[in-house]
Order: sequence, then C-alpha cells, then structure tokens
Amino acid sequence: MLTFRKGFKDGVPIALGYLSVAFAFGMLAVEKGLPLWSPVLLSISNFTGTGQFAGIDLISSNAGLWEVVFTILVINIRYILMSLSLSQRLVRDMPVWQRMVIAFGNTDEIFGVCIQQKEPLTMRYMMGIILCAYSGWNAGTVLGVLASSALPAMVRAALGIALYAMFIAIIIPPARESKPVMKVILLSVLLSCVFSYVPGIASLGKGWIIIICGILSAGLGAWFFPLATKDEDPQDQEGAVG
Amino acid sequence: MSIGKVLLVISIMALCTYLPRMLPLALFRRKIKNQYISSLLCYLPYGILAAMVFPDIFSSTASIISGIAGTAIALLLAYRKRGLLPVAVSACVTVFVTERLLEMIGIL
Repeated sequence: MLTFRKGFKDGVPIALGYLSVAFAFGMLAVEKGLPLWSPVLLSISNFTGTGQFAGIDLISSNAGLWEVVFTILVINIRYILMSLSLSQRLVRDMPVWQRMVIAFGNTDEIFGVCIQQKEPLTMRYMMGIILCAYSGWNAGTVLGVLASSALPAMVRAALGIALYAMFIAIIIPPARESKPVMKVILLSVLLSCVFSYVPGIASLGKGWIIIICGILSAGLGAWFFPLATKDEDPQDQEGAVG
Repeated sequence: MSIGKVLLVISIMALCTYLPRMLPLALFRRKIKNQYISSLLCYLPYGILAAMVFPDIFSSTASIISGIAGTAIALLLAYRKRGLLPVAVSACVTVFVTERLLEMIGIL
C-alpha cells in the first residue's frame, strides 16, 4: 500500500528540480515586465512548466484571448494522454472527487514518477507527492520573483538541462529491463528529431509534435509487442513494464 | 495589459491546463480490457517523455556542445540506474564546467 510518506519522499527530487525551474520562471516573468504578483498567481493556479513559460510571452505581447486558449490547449493536449494512462494505475475504487483533485497535480514529472510505481496508486500517495512538488514549484516562483536577475546568467544556463535530465532518469532504467520500451523510446526520439527539423512539420509546434510522436511510437509498440492481458488484474502486468 | 485582462488570461490558462488533466481521470473509470489499447497506454508515457526531451535538451543550455555533454552524462548515469536528483545535478554540473571550458578556449 502506497502511503502519504512514500509519496512525499518520492516528491522531494521533483520539488528540488521545480525549485530551480520555477525560480527561472519567476525571474523571466519579472524581466519581461509582468506585474510581480502575476507569476506567483500563475504558479498557484496552473502548476505546469511549458504552459506558464508560454503564458509569459502571451501576457507580455498582449495576446488575444482566443490565442491564449489555442496556444495553451495545444501545449496541454498531452495531458489528456497522460491522465488516460494514469487512470489505469489508480486504485480501483477511487471516487470521482479524489480523481478530480489528483488531476490538478498530474504534471509531467509527477506522472513520470507515478508510472514507476509497481503498486496501484492511492489517494494518500498522490497527495504526498503532489503537495511536496507543489510546494517546491511555488517556493521557487516566489524566490525567483524576489531575486530576479541576482543569479548570474552562467548558472541559469546550466540549470536549463535539469528537468530534461530527470526525464532521462525516468525513462532509461525501464528501457534497460524491457526491449519493447527501449524501441518505443528510440522510435519516438527519432520521429521527434525528424519532425522538429522538417520545415513544414516543425511549424506545427512542440505540443503537436509530442502528441504525434507519442501516439505513433506507442501505437507501433503496442502493435508489435502487445502485453499479455490477465482478466483478473490488468494492473499486475502494467506494473511489470512500468 | 490591464490588471483585469492579466487576471482573465491567467484564469483561462488555468482552465485550459486543468480540463485536459481532469476530464480523462474523472470520466474514464473502468479498466481497459482491450489488449491493444491497454498496451498502447503502457508504452505511451515513454513515447511522450522521450519526444519531450529530444531534441530540445540539446538547445536547453548556452551552447549545443555543453548540451550534448550534459545529455551524455545524464544518459550514462540513468543507464547505471542512478536516481532523479543525482542525474539532474550531474548534468547541470557537466554543463556548467563544459561552458567554462568553452569560454576558456574562446568558443562560447
């Protein structure tokens, strides 16, 4: 049974990573001339990385409301896939209101750590990991606003790679254990690199490219390497891969 | 942008972030029995996360050379099953050191 304590512990590395990214976010927002309270309010209400960075540009360029809706939705469509994937790993009897609370905290990094768990995810575990990471995200934002431009540019440049490195730490160990997972990853990387540099497709934007690469690679993976289904408890074999 | 419009934009953003996260979790409550779909959902996280990282990781730092160096260290340590934080910190340190070296030889 996954406890609150375990969730909170698993959230610590995420919170530390968030601290630096949110710090950069807070600083950038102030540099771009946003009112001081707005990056903090963004972090409290949105709790997402890419979308908030895009939000800085939208606000500072005085974007239209439909442009805001479209940009943020495209960036966030991947969450539909992640939430769908997460829904298969929750304990079976979890009530709707608890699912609605958890949904707020289904960030890329929390999702990444959750899929590493072998057991069904409980509400307590999810609250632990979300509260921990959420604290780091908001603390980082406030510190970034306060310290804006106090951190030398050379340190900021080095922090840019932190979250990407964490994603690598999430996907590589399972790829060592499972050849199909390795092939899905390699295919997705290949597609993503091709799409990012092919002029016509690159203009789709990163949000769509992630979705296309994710569905194509996982779709082909599922076609060529279907996982054995057990009727009693499909969660067992999901855990075997995750 | 006026304070009112900033508040409106932030509210719209919050809604456009929460709904894609919430609707599948709230509406989709059954276990999927279909073998193809359940396999796809198992592989999906890896496909999505991989596409998020590459190729963007290479341009996440001040120079593509330091980006590649940091990526290489992250891949190596992740392959040796180090945790999230050691991998992230090592990648950052590698990037920082590489960029100082690049400055010394005048590339950066």
